[in-house]
Amino acid sequence: MYRYDAYDRRIIDERVAQFRDQTRRYLAGELTDDEFRPLRLQNGLYVQRHAPMLRVAIPYGLLSSTQLRTLARIARTYDRGYGHFSTRQNLQYNWPSLETVPDILAELAEVEMHAIQTSGNCVRNITTDHFAGVAPDELVDPRAFAEILRQWSTFHPEFAYLPRKFKIALNGAVSDRAATFFHDIGLHFVRDAGGDVGIRVIVGGGMGRTPLIGQVIREFLPWQHMLTYVEAILRVYNRHGRRDNIYKARIKILVKALGIEEFARQVEAEWEATRDSPSVIPQEEYDRIAAHFTPPRYEQLPEHDVSFHQSLADSRAFSRWVERNVHAHRRPGYAAVTLSLKRTGAAPGDASAEQMDFVASLADHFSFGELRVSHEQNLILADVRKRDLFALWLEAKGAGLATPNIGLLTDIVACPGGDFCSLANAKSLPIAEAIQRRFDDLDYLHDIGEIDLNISGCMNSCGHHHVGHIGILGVDKNGSEWYQVSIGGAQGIHDDASLGHVIGPSFAAAEMPDVVEKLVATYLDQRTPEERFIDTVRRLGVAPFKQRVYGEARETAHA
Amino acid sequence: MPEIIRNGRVEPDDWAESDILTLAQWRERRTQPPQPGERLAVRLEPADDPADLAAGVERLQLVAIHFPKFADGRGYSSAVLLRTRYGYRGELRAVGDVGRDQLFYLRRCGFDAFALAPHRDPHAALASLADFSLRYQGSVDDRTPLFRKRLAAGTARG
Repeated sequence: MYRYDAYDRRIIDERVAQFRDQTRRYLAGELTDDEFRPLRLQNGLYVQRHAPMLRVAIPYGLLSSTQLRTLARIARTYDRGYGHFSTRQNLQYNWPSLETVPDILAELAEVEMHAIQTSGNCVRNITTDHFAGVAPDELVDPRAFAEILRQWSTFHPEFAYLPRKFKIALNGAVSDRAATFFHDIGLHFVRDAGGDVGIRVIVGGGMGRTPLIGQVIREFLPWQHMLTYVEAILRVYNRHGRRDNIYKARIKILVKALGIEEFARQVEAEWEATRDSPSVIPQEEYDRIAAHFTPPRYEQLPEHDVSFHQSLADSRAFSRWVERNVHAHRRPGYAAVTLSLKRTGAAPGDASAEQMDFVASLADHFSFGELRVSHEQNLILADVRKRDLFALWLEAKGAGLATPNIGLLTDIVACPGGDFCSLANAKSLPIAEAIQRRFDDLDYLHDIGEIDLNISGCMNSCGHHHVGHIGILGVDKNGSEWYQVSIGGAQGIHDDASLGHVIGPSFAAAEMPDVVEKLVATYLDQRTPEERFIDTVRRLGVAPFKQRVYGEARETAHA
Repeated sequence: MPEIIRNGRVEPDDWAESDILTLAQWRERRTQPPQPGERLAVRLEPADDPADLAAGVERLQLVAIHFPKFADGRGYSSAVLLRTRYGYRGELRAVGDVGRDQLFYLRRCGFDAFALAPHRDPHAALASLADFSLRYQGSVDDRTPLFRKRLAAGTARG
């Protein structure tokens, strides 16, 4: 993974000093709340329901075991002993005090981490495929490009006060595991017929109040121009994006208002004027960064490991875990493993300091001391020998990290919701738990098969409910909490990405497990042998599901 | 006389606000031929297109870019365009809701003068011009991204 040099270190140290002084001035009354707000936000610091919330960047989801141990120590020292992995591959602390944040940032800097631009109207943490570098379907490893973008976006002077936040996601594989069609900019790395690497540039996707699927603005951008082109897009957006209405300020609204052709014309005109700048990426710089992402020292192993297959045959529980939580790897004899943070009874994405330390030791023992955070809020060990899988499973199981539910109904994606977040209209965590309890029978859960269930506590869509096969959105009606349900959303690539359709009036919290059960029952009745839930929804439309859910008279239905 | 930060120092402001033209006034004025010894200044609002200053840009001694709210970042792009595309070389001043925590980025985008909001101390603010000693990306102050300097340093060492 990328390691800081003296330049990176100095920049990060200077940031800690700058923020320490800003915090001092705020506490001394020299900065007003309004003046301090954007400064703290661009350091990931929110004022929340109970205490400030600090969001730490995990650039493109990659962590070393040393970094994870530091995150655990910070959770113990400055927080209440746990953290929350978010859908943007970041880690959030819910209970730090403002006065200690400069010290936390200093501890993070010791392990080459920071909270820069994890909030505020600026370019946010860059995200990518959590299987980058190991996935069999990968065309181009996106990690070096993600790091180049991280450095470029860090303290970019022109784009610190954009109309609204700005999220960039990269993907270099056939499958899109980074939801690139739902970001302000999505970058797909591809190869042309001659093998040269280029970028399919997607712009204007997003969730929130106005969910939109991104559109292709350029089919093949030579990779050397990644920064010049992104800069052209941002300049057009910074100048012309709406600033009069916070709900219409994202780039997607500008793209929609102008139309993709006109928006592209403006970007291309800007790019023509700037494309030959020193920001063109030299091959040597790509090589320098890419050298940080060379494969670890893999052993030469047979693809077929006898002990692994013996364990599969011997243990139903192990084989079930392998079926869901173990993923194909490009190297023979290796696999990638998802450690589930979706155990019933634990908030999705939450990890205790003890679990973090434990996962760090698993990473050291089984996966070259590195791990990844997925945007589905789980942790990944990307380079595990197949012959070690059984031992890893036993250890993970003991720590409550081996729930065999990846991609299944109980692998729920959820924001912290009304329990923590001051923006939320409704709680999301108790809904997640109630659904997990309803579907805790593993045979039933596996028979249902793949379903993405996403819960957001408000329209900001941090739980990505628009792209859930089942999406749940917390809404406020006259001061009480209700839940709107949609089906048919999907993250994905090309024509596969879709936004969910709302099935009808919203529900009270207590009704939600029944509603989900009825949706699932409709699917089970109607599915063909090959169909996943999303396929059945696409084939039949919303009607039969709606009928099942609303068919019986409902006293509690609200318009 | 109010004070401003100019070229890294606190100085008295030698422009009266009434001397600074709006874009509409400047459009009118520039149809007249230049006068010997004329002193011309124009103020851009966030929505004004800096391309409108391209004609006659060499006649301007001061361009003031107005920030009604510091969170409105359009003026940063206006400054970059004035400096890199429309050939403006005179004083480029940030005015309005400008505080010390914006100075570093503003200067990078080509501003060389800052009129802080009246309640803010320009002397204390000078320190923030030096918040960072390094920059990753190129901008107006230094167009060369850090990666090119790293490569050059590496080559020199090697």
